[in-house]
Amino acid sequence: MRALLSGLLLLPVLSSLAAEWRLSEVCPAGFRPEQGRCYLQSLYGEYASLQDSGVGGLKTGLPPLREGFTPQQIDLGRLMFFDPLLSGDGTLACSSCHQPSKGFADGRGLSVGINGQLAHRSAPSLWNVGFLKRLFWDARASSLEEQMEGPLYSPIEMGNSREHLLKSLNESAAYPALFKQAFGDSAISLDRIYTAITAFESSLVSLNSRYDLYANGVHEVLNKDEIEGMNVFRSFVARCAECHTPPTFTNQQIAILGTPEPDGHAFDSGVQAVTGDASQRGGFKVPTLRNIEFSAPYMHSGRFETLREAVAFYTGGRGHAVPEGEKLNLHWHIWEPNLTDREIDVLVAFLKTLSDESFMPPLPSAVPSGLRPVVDVKPN
Amino acid sequence: MKNPIRLGLLCLGLLCSMPSLWAADIPVKDGESIQDAVNKASPGDVVLIYPGTYKESVYIDKDNITLRGVVEEGKWPVLEGEGKRNDAILYSGNDFTVEWLTITHYKGNAIMGQSGNNFTIRYNKVIDTGVYGIFPQFGKNGLIEYNVLSGIEDAAIYVGMCDNVDVRHNEVFDNVAGIEIENTRHALVENNYAHDNTAGLLVFITPGLPIKTTFDVILRNNFVVNNNTPNFGAPGSIVSKVPQGIGIVVMAADDVIVEGNIVSGNKTAGIVITDLAFITDISSDPESEPNPDRLVFLDNLMFDNGADPVAEVKALMLTQFSRTGPDILATPGSAQEQDNCIINRERYTSFGVKKWSECERRNTADVLSYRIPGGAPSEPVTATNRTKLLYQGICAGCHAYNMRMIGPPTLAVQALYRNDAQGIADYIAEPHKVRPDYPAMPSQGHLSPELRKDVAEYMLKVTK
Repeated sequence: MRALLSGLLLLPVLSSLAAEWRLSEVCPAGFRPEQGRCYLQSLYGEYASLQDSGVGGLKTGLPPLREGFTPQQIDLGRLMFFDPLLSGDGTLACSSCHQPSKGFADGRGLSVGINGQLAHRSAPSLWNVGFLKRLFWDARASSLEEQMEGPLYSPIEMGNSREHLLKSLNESAAYPALFKQAFGDSAISLDRIYTAITAFESSLVSLNSRYDLYANGVHEVLNKDEIEGMNVFRSFVARCAECHTPPTFTNQQIAILGTPEPDGHAFDSGVQAVTGDASQRGGFKVPTLRNIEFSAPYMHSGRFETLREAVAFYTGGRGHAVPEGEKLNLHWHIWEPNLTDREIDVLVAFLKTLSDESFMPPLPSAVPSGLRPVVDVKPN
Repeated sequence: MKNPIRLGLLCLGLLCSMPSLWAADIPVKDGESIQDAVNKASPGDVVLIYPGTYKESVYIDKDNITLRGVVEEGKWPVLEGEGKRNDAILYSGNDFTVEWLTITHYKGNAIMGQSGNNFTIRYNKVIDTGVYGIFPQFGKNGLIEYNVLSGIEDAAIYVGMCDNVDVRHNEVFDNVAGIEIENTRHALVENNYAHDNTAGLLVFITPGLPIKTTFDVILRNNFVVNNNTPNFGAPGSIVSKVPQGIGIVVMAADDVIVEGNIVSGNKTAGIVITDLAFITDISSDPESEPNPDRLVFLDNLMFDNGADPVAEVKALMLTQFSRTGPDILATPGSAQEQDNCIINRERYTSFGVKKWSECERRNTADVLSYRIPGGAPSEPVTATNRTKLLYQGICAGCHAYNMRMIGPPTLAVQALYRNDAQGIADYIAEPHKVRPDYPAMPSQGHLSPELRKDVAEYMLKVTK
């Protein structure tokens, strides 16, 4: 009854708004238009990459990006991303757990879904997510389209259903016209919803950090400590760069580290639960480190509050946090580097050189549903 | 007074744009810093390191730099890690050469590369140094020759995730693994002397890495003898599972040719061919194909292998009514198909190769090198294209030439500033909102004043 009432109250505002919504005709920052579609323009476009995999040292090409969307599709995705109309009860948007000010994560160990329910894992950052071949901490999805069905329809996350999502978008005053601008006609299908949100998420590119200037030959932008940190990072004592390979700072593989769960939480079996392969027990996707400064807390469980704690985990010794009785095939890069306090400090300093929000998308002050856009969530 | 300054600037410009003509030798003497010299060096320069002891880690993030030790009357330049420094040399630049250095007591690697193409690593001595001795990773087109390495707790020479590499004329001894070719294609391992390691030569696919294959590898004319050193690999490392006493291991790699090697005195086996089940406590990777396929065994001299095999191999041999281990062992379940081949198989003690066919190929004399003629392409970053890269990578992300994007069109900026590059340079250091209908520009104040000016000048000259 309350929902209906507020819906009625909003109606006049909506219809006046509907006429005004006009999707952007220009590509997002960092993308160049080519025959009406948007393609990334990056310093890394000049370089090759071994086996086209986008892993390696400073001057290495990128892995393939999901690109080639139209500006209108990207913009429609942007509006839907911040629109709580996409959740079952109109209270949560994608941006509830992927907040721009928190590195497109949510600042929580475990995310909070519909009706205040706790999700099972920490929300990952979406910066540079368009380069990833596997999504979710346990790598169970292989495309952004496939991935977003998880949170949208999870009863503990956005709590929506396919039917209800289509119904609410079709019944909204503004969306059919916006789909027409983005796709040529006003039909709203699940595929088109997924395409538009994928288009927006793929535009969240962060490759203009001070580190990137260094990588491209402008060495003076990093100070002595940061360069020292970079050398610890890629050294074969810390071995960070073995899995967090530039330029995306992930090798997109599964690694078993044996990081701890929050107190009182059961052991998370990770990839094993997806594949059934016991050798992958406790395995999780190697996350990117770009904009890592903004997306605390860290690890699949959000167990580490600060970057320094997360880095210090690795020097605690191979398997030191594995619960008794657990048999894990820990990754062979995990050993006991015995880093000094200073080395940990400069590592953290280096990680902060990966920060770049210069291509932050415009944050909407209104969304087509007329609901209040979720742009920044204040912590409780 | 004006002229010398102008001349100096002119020379600087020329140096940047024509490195090869202006290549310089930069001497480093005992008590000085190699890194300082590298920081000063421009593409094409040679850093000459004179005899002395250098306690530092050196990184080279520039293209076309050579580190060359100067050996005088038997006195070498020594890089000394004192057991506390991480890696001795880290390079990421293309066309990098390092030669004539002694490297000792580092915790990490002696010489490590990340994605540098066209590397040359030769005439170095690496002693008691950390994880790997020489470790190019993600590199294309490389040469590793005439190095001597000893006392390494993993692989002395580890070619990881590379393409087109020649490894020849090296001596590796008293290491866990001598020479390891891992997740690498087109590698020629020739004329090396691998002795007294836990295992001599290894050709592997390791699962869980982003590059998934190893194929087209030639092991030719190597001495692989007496590799019986007890395994002292770090717990958890992959080589720590390699049984002692093996000459050559081929694990999961494809199209490996073994020719003309002298393999003797290895107590477990001369050559072991196996699948990924060989390493049992590693997580599986559905994208890594675990079986070795299409192996080619041409003439090799093998004798006195398997005199005292580890228990598993001994048990296998007993099934053949033999107490001593083999020259060639293909472990049960791996590489026992006809697409593998061998010639003159009657000369060897072998296990698991009965179904192998007779090879059509008799030798590899047609293959002289696996390096790419003319080298892998690489474009040194000069002052000119550095500015262009900056403009295209950062500025053009928001400023199109003649249309509105995120910021105003470049044409509009050109009209506004005309010849005032400094004005643009000052603005990008501290942008302030000018146009109400455009978003604020992020500051580029971290760029040096010179670079901001260069980019501003470039922006004023853009014509399309």
